[in-house]
Amino acid sequence: MATATSTTTTEDATGALTTARRSTVTASGTAFRALLLRDFTVLRKTLNEFLPRTILQPFLLVFVFTYVFPKIGQGVGGGGGPAAQSAFATLLVAGVVGITILFQGIQSVALPMVQEFGYTKEIEDRVLAPLPVSLVALAKVTSGAIQGLIAALLVFPIAAVVPANDVHLSFNWPVVLTLVPLACVASSALGLTFGTRFEPRTVPMMFGVIIIPITFLGCVYYSWTALGPIKVWGFSWLKWLVLVNPLVYMSEGFRGAFTTANHMSLAVVYLALAGFAALFLYLGINGFKKRVLS
Amino acid sequence: MSRTVADTEEVIRTAGLTKIFPGGVQAVDHLDLSLRNGEIFGLLGPNGAGKTTTVGMLTSMVIPTEGNAVVGGVDVTVHPALAKQAIGVVPQTNTLDRSLTVAENLYFHGRFFGMSARDAKAEAHRLLEKFWLADRASAEVLALSGGMAQRLMVARAVMHRPAILFLDEPTAGLDPQSRIALWEILKELHGEGQTILLTTHYMEEADQLCDRVAIMDHGRILALDTPGALKRGVGADTIVTVSAEGGLDELARLLEARVPGATRATRVDSTVQLGVSGSQGVLPAVISAAEQGGFTVTDLSLAEPTLETVFINLTGKELRD
Repeated sequence: MATATSTTTTEDATGALTTARRSTVTASGTAFRALLLRDFTVLRKTLNEFLPRTILQPFLLVFVFTYVFPKIGQGVGGGGGPAAQSAFATLLVAGVVGITILFQGIQSVALPMVQEFGYTKEIEDRVLAPLPVSLVALAKVTSGAIQGLIAALLVFPIAAVVPANDVHLSFNWPVVLTLVPLACVASSALGLTFGTRFEPRTVPMMFGVIIIPITFLGCVYYSWTALGPIKVWGFSWLKWLVLVNPLVYMSEGFRGAFTTANHMSLAVVYLALAGFAALFLYLGINGFKKRVLS
Repeated sequence: MSRTVADTEEVIRTAGLTKIFPGGVQAVDHLDLSLRNGEIFGLLGPNGAGKTTTVGMLTSMVIPTEGNAVVGGVDVTVHPALAKQAIGVVPQTNTLDRSLTVAENLYFHGRFFGMSARDAKAEAHRLLEKFWLADRASAEVLALSGGMAQRLMVARAVMHRPAILFLDEPTAGLDPQSRIALWEILKELHGEGQTILLTTHYMEEADQLCDRVAIMDHGRILALDTPGALKRGVGADTIVTVSAEGGLDELARLLEARVPGATRATRVDSTVQLGVSGSQGVLPAVISAAEQGGFTVTDLSLAEPTLETVFINLTGKELRD
């Protein structure tokens, strides 16, 4: 679709009001950047919404589980003395960063898109920009992924500083620098997939039936390797069941990237997240095209 | 209007353009259309005639089932992204970006189309002045009235200087004042050489604004000419609308046969519309013809033929149904 076709002959024919026709490649590149610029202008204007919606949930998670519980001596994260509390806080840091990135995909891509397709049709002007429709969708994924990155950067210090006991961080930089962006793209593409498939009416269901299970069964508060003992007839069913959840690979991968905690094999993490990213991009871009073209 | 060589160039050409939606609804049926540079062209027809689907296909949003459309020299189906450079669209619903201000809506549209930040800012400013929106530049778009929002959408659509401007039912839902304001704007753009295709189900709009009008129904073009020629084609200079009690089909036949100068009588809902050439003494003639046939005339009115008359003659029904 994105063929570079020069139309120097027709631009004269259509009169003086026509701007000189540019090749589709040039025009698409410019339009793509302008679409990102639009999204970040909106982000800058709505920082007062972006900051609380990004920070509050992870802050409360960390605050309750790793500050309040240890202080009052309650079970989760509080039992087993300072060493165990510290290990739990370390475990949670990675999960909290994962959940933050995943939510950003929903909040910055899926929800606005549901609204734009559902009521306002605002997206139409961007769809009419001189680039292939699939690139309009890809621009949305890119801006969502960058917002996820910003969110992760904001939340990381909170997750590392708020806990009552030490968090043991140990950065594996090559993994950090590749896995975090990959998780951001996968989450943003997931947002695109949801955004093109849910209607305003069904958004509560999206949260209740999909997002909540993803977060609770996403190895945020526990490590995947620890799920082995949950068995029926000798089979660790939960450990295998949660593998359909992309958040599991983010939480586990980040454990390998930032901490010394036990984690799933990084090769599996990369493979699974790349697979999810590709799947969601495919579903999301196709869904987007189906919604705007008829 | 003086015609230069460029005026005769085609900006749009469609051949056998057809859209059948899933479920078998044939919205547009083998449409052959040709638009010349610089003209205002109207697609006039009732709701469901296929006007919006036609615009959708010409603007790359609806994929034709058959046929092709060349817009600004580019085949829309084959190179949609390239074709989009040449088109500006004012859709039926308000699609302004609610997250941006009035001026930003224009600015970012310009940036999407490759304008530099400086040019986009300057052009946005110029258009806001031209479209009487300068004092609203930093307002939220949700705060605009219907007429203002519509003007802003037109400004946005011409921001990148498209070869052709599409307007889909541009004045539907506008108050009369805003409608006239929008007509003024379109006339001004037309004066500057902008080629415009608009769809409408208001015959006055097509009559007042358009150089040429295509009358559309059930996905087909029934007639295409200048508004004047279409009206002359009716063959009558006066239209008499007769309300009466009794069998109206019979009355229509009677009037057509007995009223001097009658060209054609059509039953439209609960009236008979009679075309007459030469209106001298037509009212007494209608009344006496009706009474001789045993009909009691309850209401009678005279009017010049309109595009509505043309539509009625072509389809036997009114535009607004």
